[in-house]
Amino acid sequence: MKPVYVDNNATTKVAPEVLEVMLPYFSDLYGNPSSMHFFGGQVQKKINEAREQVADLLGAEASEIVFTSCGTESDNAAIQGALDSYPEKRHLITSRVEHPAVGNVCTYLGRKGYRITELSVDREGRLDLDELKESITEETVLTSIMYANNETGVIFPVEQIGEIAKSKGVPFHTDAVQAVGKIPLNLRKSTIDTLSISGHKLHAPKGIGVLYVRKGTKFSPFMIGGHQERGRRGGTENVPYIIGLGKACELAKKNLEDENTRVKALRDYLEQKILEKIPNTLVNGDRVNRLPNTLSVSFEYVEGESILLLLSDLGICASSGSACTSGSLEPSHVLRAMGVPFTAAHGSIRFSLSIYNTKEEMDYIIDHLPPIIQKLRDISPFWKDYLKSQGKR
Amino acid sequence: MWDYTEKVKDHFLNPRNVGEIENPDGAGEVGSLACGDALRLTFKLDETKRIKDVKFKTFGCASAIASSSALTEIVKGMTLEEAEKVTNRDIANYLGGLPEEKMHCSVMGREALEAAIANYRGEKVTKEQFEVVCNCFGVTDREIIKAIRENDLRTVEQVTYYTKAGGGCAKCHPKIEAIIENVRKEMEREVAPVKPEKKRLTNIQKIKLIEETLGREIVPALKADGGDLDLIDIEGNRVYVALRGKCSFCPSSEFTLKQYVESKLREFVSDDIVVEEVRP
Repeated sequence: MKPVYVDNNATTKVAPEVLEVMLPYFSDLYGNPSSMHFFGGQVQKKINEAREQVADLLGAEASEIVFTSCGTESDNAAIQGALDSYPEKRHLITSRVEHPAVGNVCTYLGRKGYRITELSVDREGRLDLDELKESITEETVLTSIMYANNETGVIFPVEQIGEIAKSKGVPFHTDAVQAVGKIPLNLRKSTIDTLSISGHKLHAPKGIGVLYVRKGTKFSPFMIGGHQERGRRGGTENVPYIIGLGKACELAKKNLEDENTRVKALRDYLEQKILEKIPNTLVNGDRVNRLPNTLSVSFEYVEGESILLLLSDLGICASSGSACTSGSLEPSHVLRAMGVPFTAAHGSIRFSLSIYNTKEEMDYIIDHLPPIIQKLRDISPFWKDYLKSQGKR
Repeated sequence: MWDYTEKVKDHFLNPRNVGEIENPDGAGEVGSLACGDALRLTFKLDETKRIKDVKFKTFGCASAIASSSALTEIVKGMTLEEAEKVTNRDIANYLGGLPEEKMHCSVMGREALEAAIANYRGEKVTKEQFEVVCNCFGVTDREIIKAIRENDLRTVEQVTYYTKAGGGCAKCHPKIEAIIENVRKEMEREVAPVKPEKKRLTNIQKIKLIEETLGREIVPALKADGGDLDLIDIEGNRVYVALRGKCSFCPSSEFTLKQYVESKLREFVSDDIVVEEVRP
């Protein structure tokens, strides 16, 4: 079965162009970039090129790019790097809707004696910037707020957040794993100090990430070892993956317009048709400030895992913020933080598109989703109760 | 992705006995929208007081829907006395097993059945009669104790998998730990006196105990899979049985005999029991 893959916030297909540039570095060109001989030197040159490609997508300097193993490492490095630089300060600010790569690090630090402020979000998933202003103290070592939310696609006003942090002398880290490659960034004109990227969210493979560290930002390495990455991340470079990520960033820059026009139009089309065809459906999150590829919808009175498995049976790959899929018993912390009512939180589905999706695929989903929801509502005891309460049956 | 058995997938994709019976003899509902799953069970009895028709409506994940469907298939045709002996394990076994994290779905099935039978008998089982241990999911001490006993649970994590208790804010974990400790102590005390008696059984006592153990521990589980077993003879420590129904041609019948029947008889009757199959 050929999958209709609409789970690109989870991971993406490696672009064929990316795979192609990677392959020689597994076989013929296996030199260590740190070596003095020509064989390593030619690899070093390609890594420098990749660094330029990443910097170009971000609007940054190549010297500000640190390659890591994944987004989670980048987040850990950004947070630990700040803590190590200001050991006397014991307060962190983050949000209630972070990815676990930031959220659970903060929880861990909370157990270690740090004071953690988790900023709340409103029903649309938006932050209250006044709460941020009030939270910052002399003790604050770092503000870490995501660029865009992985579940809802809601984009946070990172420049304003950075402005507020900066005005009080607090460094600002943002987990931009979901934003990079989907919306344009220009870090030269930005208030962001450190920023995390994950390769596999933008058509590079899994196992490669980047931490952007603004020139002049106090930083100490998380992964201690050799001199690589100018002493900011030890460990022999993951050469093929770095080169692959460079190519992926070059492609992402070219595809940004397509992402924000065609992909966005596909998402909007899917959203509009779903809302039109399926009653008691609501969109989660701010529909204006939202990633162009993401749609989080809740179907009342049905449960997400059941929807996903019925979709999966038809080859459609999506994800859910329901309890049963998260492996926990409660719906996603993001939907709970937003106060999405239980009637809807358990029945949330996230569709996340990429440049590889087509209109035909959207139509396929639109044709098959309504009967799935209807089937589950027919099994659900609450749907009939709801209809009765509406006097419809 | 959860590793569901083919039988779970089948009962999820093609659920049996969906619906609500008009004017049922018994109706039970457990769970809620907030908790993420809920099951409404209705049944009707025939003139011989057997369950003639049973239907369910479920809000929940694939394993919740499959467990509900399995439950209805299991209890159809049973008397209420038989039905109330159905455990969550029977439901899980019927489905060829559930991921441990999803065992609470089978417990929900058993609880709905219990509620429906109580409803038929005019009994009222309300949460208020018991102490609510887990406020996040509204789980009482009674439900936790029952799950520990029926499934031989040992850790808080297991209790969460089976009852959901402790799966939210985690504040009740010390309470659950205390309950586990108490129940396990009780269970040990109950089992302990049997042990010294094991050696001192008279032949008649032994035969009786074997019969009881087969009836209580073994036959219901086999029946849930469409099989059965008859006791043919007992000679000293040798127990001769004949497998019936689906068991008689099941390729794993040897396994069933040795790993299941024999080990249960050794546990409850005597350590030296050997089970042998008598073929017709």
